[in-house]
Amino acid sequence: MMLHEKTISELAAGLRAGEFSSVELTKHYLERIAAHNEALNAYVTVTEERALAQAAAADQRLVAGDATPLTGVPLAQKDIFCTNGVRTSCGSRMLDNFVAPYDATVIERLDGAGAVMLGKTNMDEFAMGSSNETSWYGPVRNPWNTELVPGGSSGGSAAALAARLCAAATGTDTGGSIRQPAALCGLTGLKPTYGRISRWGMIAFASSLDQAGPMTRTAEDAALMLQAMAGFDARDSTCAEEPVPDYSATLGEDIAGLKIGLPKEYFGEGLDPEVAKSVEAAVEEYKRLGCEVVEISLPNNHLAVPAYYVVAPAECSSNLARFDGVRFGHRCEDPKDLEDLYKRSRGEGFGAEVKRRILIGTYALSAGYYDAYYLKAQQVRHLISDDFKKAFEQVDVIMGPASPTTAFALGEKSDDPVQMYLSDIYTIAVNLAGLPGMSIPVAPAEGKPVGLQIIGNYFDETRLLNVAHRFQQATEWHKAGPSGY
Amino acid sequence: MSLERSDVEKIAHLARMAVSDEELASVADDLSNILDLVEQMNAVDTAGVAPMAHPLHMLQRLRADKVSEEDRREHFQAIAPATEDGCYLVPKVIE
Repeated sequence: MMLHEKTISELAAGLRAGEFSSVELTKHYLERIAAHNEALNAYVTVTEERALAQAAAADQRLVAGDATPLTGVPLAQKDIFCTNGVRTSCGSRMLDNFVAPYDATVIERLDGAGAVMLGKTNMDEFAMGSSNETSWYGPVRNPWNTELVPGGSSGGSAAALAARLCAAATGTDTGGSIRQPAALCGLTGLKPTYGRISRWGMIAFASSLDQAGPMTRTAEDAALMLQAMAGFDARDSTCAEEPVPDYSATLGEDIAGLKIGLPKEYFGEGLDPEVAKSVEAAVEEYKRLGCEVVEISLPNNHLAVPAYYVVAPAECSSNLARFDGVRFGHRCEDPKDLEDLYKRSRGEGFGAEVKRRILIGTYALSAGYYDAYYLKAQQVRHLISDDFKKAFEQVDVIMGPASPTTAFALGEKSDDPVQMYLSDIYTIAVNLAGLPGMSIPVAPAEGKPVGLQIIGNYFDETRLLNVAHRFQQATEWHKAGPSGY
Repeated sequence: MSLERSDVEKIAHLARMAVSDEELASVADDLSNILDLVEQMNAVDTAGVAPMAHPLHMLQRLRADKVSEEDRREHFQAIAPATEDGCYLVPKVIE
C-alpha cells in the first residue's frame, strides 16, 4: 500500500514500527502536492520548511516514546485558522497580506499533538459559499471530476484530502461547510456540537453557528482528530466546559437496537432521486446491523434556510466590521479621508458574496427592521431547535442526505445566490440548533460521491463516531478514491 | 421585498463599504431575491416564542478583572498598514 493511501491509524502504526519516518512521509506528501496542486488549487500556501521541521521533531518524539496518535501525521489546515508567522488569508483579498501574529487554539493543539502542517487550504471567502468559487484565489476543483465543484466552504481541505494530498484536514462548518464538501468529495466530515472545539483564532463568520471539525477518510481517524482538537479553552467565551470523552474507546460497539429517525422533510421535493437511492441503501445497511428505523418529522425544517440567511449575515456584518483598513489587512491607496479609507478598503478587499451578506446583515439589523428580520429569525431558530429536541425523545440519531445533489458543475450556481444557498438545505438546521452532525460516504450516484448525514444529540459525538464506524466496518465506500491520484 | 439602487446605496453607506455603480443594479436584484427567501419565515406564527440567542442556552462566563494578556503592541503593529510612535495612522479626522 502506498503511503498516501494509509489512514491516520495505519500511519501511526507504521511510524511506530519504523517502516517509514515522518520526514519521509512528509516529503512524499510535499511531492504529491507539487505534482497535483496546480490542477486542483486546493492549497493556497504550502509550508514546506515548517512541515519538515515539524516532521523531524515528530521523529524524535516517536523515538523518545512520548508520541500521540497524530505525531508525525501530515495534515492540511483550512486557511481560516490563524497560524503564527504564516499568511492566513481566509480566501480573501482583504487578508492576502495578513501574516497572523498568533496561533489559533486548533493549530496550537494539533501542533502540540505532534501533527505536521503541510499548508493552508483554499476556501470560500470568509467561509461564505457552498462551492469554493468565492475564493480570491480562484475556485478549487473536485478531484473526482475537475469540471465539478468540491463543495464549500471547506473545499480546499476536501479536495486535498480526496486527492490524497494530506492524511487528514481541518474544516469549519457554519451552515454545512464541513459536511457538504465531505459529501461531494467522498470523505468523512464531522461538525461537532457548538462549543466543543475552541473558536479562538478561527476567523469569525457567524459566531453563534461557527464550529471547527475534522475531515478524514474514516470515522476512526475523525475520532483521533477530534480527541486532539476538542476541549475547554478560556480564550473562547462560548467554548463548552464539558469533559472530553475518549472518542476511540467505544468504536466498534454493537449498535443493534439503535433507533434511527428519518425526517420525512429530508426526502421530499428537491432531493435528487439518485442521491435518495444511495441514502436509502445505506439505511438498509443499518437495518442489517440491527438498527430500528422510524419516520420522524422536523416540521419547521423548511424555515431553516430563510432564518439562517438573517442570523448568519447579521452576525457576519458585525464580525467583519473589524476589517477597516486601519490595523491590518488591505488598505486602499491614497484615502482622502477616514470614511473614504473605510469604504474603499472594504469595497476593494471583499468579493461579491461577502458584500451581499454584509449588506443583508446590515439591512436586517438597521433601525426599523430588527423585529421583522433578526428577532423573527431567532424565534424561528427556537422552533427548529425544539423540533430536534422532540425528535431526540424518540430516536438516538437522525439520518438523511447531507446534500440534495452530488457535486455540481463549476459556474452552474455561482450567478444565482439563492440556488446556491439551497445546497445547504439539510445541513443548516443542525447549525441553528447547535447539534453535532457528520457526513460519511455511501454508494456513489452516477460515479459521483454521496454523503449520508448522521445527526446526534448535544455532545453525543461518541455515539455518532461509532455509528459511522460500524457502517465503515460493514462497507467499503469510504475506501474509494478518485482515479489519477 | 424589493430593494432599489438607492436602498442599496444607503445600506452600503451604513456598512461603510463601497459598492461600485456597475455592481449596484445586480446587487439590488440579488438582495431582493435573498429577502424573498428570508420572508418565507413569515409563514409561521412566532407570537410568544422566545428568541434563541445561544444553542445551549449558556450564560456568559465571567472572569476576575485582572490583566491576563501581555503587551504585544509592537508585534501586532508590525502587520499594520501605517503606524507611527506606537499609534495607527489614518487620514486626518479633525481640522
